[in-house]
Amino acid sequence: MPIAIGTTDLISILPIAIVSLFGVYLLLQSVFAPRMNRILIPYLGILGVGLAVVGNFFLIGMEGTAFEGMVRVDRLTVVLNFLFLITAALSLLITISYHEGEHVEFLEFTPLVLFSTAGMMVMGSAESLMTIFLGLETMSIALYVMAGFRRTNRHSLEAALKYFLLGAFATGFLLYGMALTYGMVGSTNLTQIAQYFTQNALDVPLVALMGLALIIIGFGFKVALVPFHMWTPDVYQGSPLPVTAYMAVGAKAAGFAAILRVISLSAFSIAFQWSEILWVLAVLTMTVGNVVALVQDNIKRMLAYSSIAHAGYILVGVVASNDQTVPSVVFYLIVYLFMNLGAFAVATMVAGQNERRVNIQYYRGLGYTQPLLALAMAVFMFSLAGFPPTAGFIGKFYIFSAALQSGYVWLVILGVINSLISVYYYLNVVVAMYMQQPVDEKKIAPVLPGVGVVILVAVLGIVYLGIFPGTMLSVLR
Amino acid sequence: MLQLTLFYIFAVLAVLGGIMVVVHRNPIYSALSLILTLFALAGEYILLMAHFIAIVHIAVYAGAIMVLFLFVIMLLNIRIEERAPGALRYMVYIGVPMAAILFLQLGYLAFKGFQEVYVKNTDVGTVERIGQALFSKYVLPFEITSILLVVAMVGAVYLSKRKLEIVE
Amino acid sequence: MLLQYIPILVLSVIALGFAAAVLILTHVISPKVKDPVKLTVYESGLPPQMEARLRYPIRFFVVAMMFILFDVEVIFIYPWAVVYQQFLAYGSFIFWEMLLFIAVLFAGYLYLYKRGAFKWE
Repeated sequence: MPIAIGTTDLISILPIAIVSLFGVYLLLQSVFAPRMNRILIPYLGILGVGLAVVGNFFLIGMEGTAFEGMVRVDRLTVVLNFLFLITAALSLLITISYHEGEHVEFLEFTPLVLFSTAGMMVMGSAESLMTIFLGLETMSIALYVMAGFRRTNRHSLEAALKYFLLGAFATGFLLYGMALTYGMVGSTNLTQIAQYFTQNALDVPLVALMGLALIIIGFGFKVALVPFHMWTPDVYQGSPLPVTAYMAVGAKAAGFAAILRVISLSAFSIAFQWSEILWVLAVLTMTVGNVVALVQDNIKRMLAYSSIAHAGYILVGVVASNDQTVPSVVFYLIVYLFMNLGAFAVATMVAGQNERRVNIQYYRGLGYTQPLLALAMAVFMFSLAGFPPTAGFIGKFYIFSAALQSGYVWLVILGVINSLISVYYYLNVVVAMYMQQPVDEKKIAPVLPGVGVVILVAVLGIVYLGIFPGTMLSVLR
Repeated sequence: MLQLTLFYIFAVLAVLGGIMVVVHRNPIYSALSLILTLFALAGEYILLMAHFIAIVHIAVYAGAIMVLFLFVIMLLNIRIEERAPGALRYMVYIGVPMAAILFLQLGYLAFKGFQEVYVKNTDVGTVERIGQALFSKYVLPFEITSILLVVAMVGAVYLSKRKLEIVE
Repeated sequence: MLLQYIPILVLSVIALGFAAAVLILTHVISPKVKDPVKLTVYESGLPPQMEARLRYPIRFFVVAMMFILFDVEVIFIYPWAVVYQQFLAYGSFIFWEMLLFIAVLFAGYLYLYKRGAFKWE
């Protein structure tokens, strides 16, 4: 019979509701507004995201489920909401600058970013397999379209098609896994799934394990774990740069949010069943990502393989499966947000019109022609490689110490070796910027305000989290 | 007894349709065979008292999605399926054993796992029960679905329209 | 229990039977002339220039996709209509939740209209 929906229920989805309704509003605005006002749409999108950030403050301190066990509001929800909203806002800022160099009308872009962000937030606050699936689909379908946003460009369409076909395939795995799990547990509620696994921890039925394995495949695709990573380089390369930035950060964070909710928290009591599989996946992901990244000369492909490698590092935190898992993984996701969005913002500036200059050779001599831009890029590269004063180091440190706490010594050793391998290709960019002569005399366009803000925020975030990680960590614990 | 007989009739029809989808060289016949499978499955759902799924199967799958399939076949203008060139042809030697292994695994799981599971509520799939659940407990997923559909609309128009413009 | 489906069975039998009967009947009673000239493709009296089967334009595909999307929307209205009276006893919540759903999709419809999705270009 009908449920009573109270204020608590409505507040718990406040950021999601604001972002979705703003998306609908901007979709109408984009087709009804006069041509002049269309330029304002990304700014209005940022306003919507800002309102959702304000709305998210109302969630602080709430604890519990809403909508009859469909969504859960806890500290993880609030932090993840902030993470997704900041990603959306920064990606929209990059878009504003990108837009000026491209002759594509980015009308639907802002609404799609907002819808996709709403999907991510639904995933982050999910308490039921049902909401996880719907959030994932809302996010993914918007991303498929965004990947093909330069619709006259062959590579962009190839990216959209590849992402869509493989994504639909992965969704099939995920749905099958959810169906098997539901068949055994008799409920889609994550708390009840957790209860079921605790009760049957010593003798888990094969069907339930199979369901969990298929769910791991589905999420593994979204966060690009190796054997399910094939799409990543082509999609990252073909998509427009702001989309790549948004996808690399947002989709990965949302995928890991779902992994934390379903695999790490709900199936915690049978961690011994899945941690060995994820152990292997983590090692494979780190190694393949880093080794293949060594030979890339396109910055987008290089960052794609680097993002695969980072998925491997984050998975190390999941494998640890102790009380450090959630704080260390979420902290790493926040750090990853700043360093990756920053790197993509710089790449957008260097790439210029029609993304012609995406090869690493165009970074030669950037240290002299654009000293500030080069400095920022150097900070991002050092952070991605995990050098000490930056946040990248702290993030890796917490992930690895979480794994050590659970006794995964070899996993940590392999992780550290992988970090050392990654230094080569990250520093390759820095070397090109400071120690080589420019390849052509063509000047890079001056840094536009939108991208400038993103780079500034990213640098400040990395430095702040690198030097004072304590505040953020105490929030996460 | 009658129910069991009907189950087997529908099951045989569904499998038959599925086999025809795979073995027909002409993609139009394959698509039409798929309609047979979908109708047979709708029959099975009715036997399980899952009326809503049965309606969805006929209205959405056999109706709308099959139309889309046929349009795509005509759009690509494939008449008779051509043999895959070169190395792809040998994929069948890998693909068939893999499919067999997957089938055996899932069959084993279904046999082992669901042996003792029986349906407790027989009317759980009727339109009324679905409605009661959908508009009370699952109201949030229901509203998210509307956003999902809007996203799909934007994607369909943006990516497949030849000329994008604003109609005045 | 299965007796309630008998009308559907009767309907299916009549429908299938009618289709089969018409097909067989035309086969039986139609005149059959096996003349090579009659069997050639007829196209305004000229020999055919190319194949009759052309590539379908993509606009059909767009229409089919719009159809699916709105079909899925309509599917949700069936169970809503069934439980509407029941739920109305508990307040007008049932009305507003469907209104929100339809409103969002109507916004989508307006977008499609303005973007020319229904225009036969």
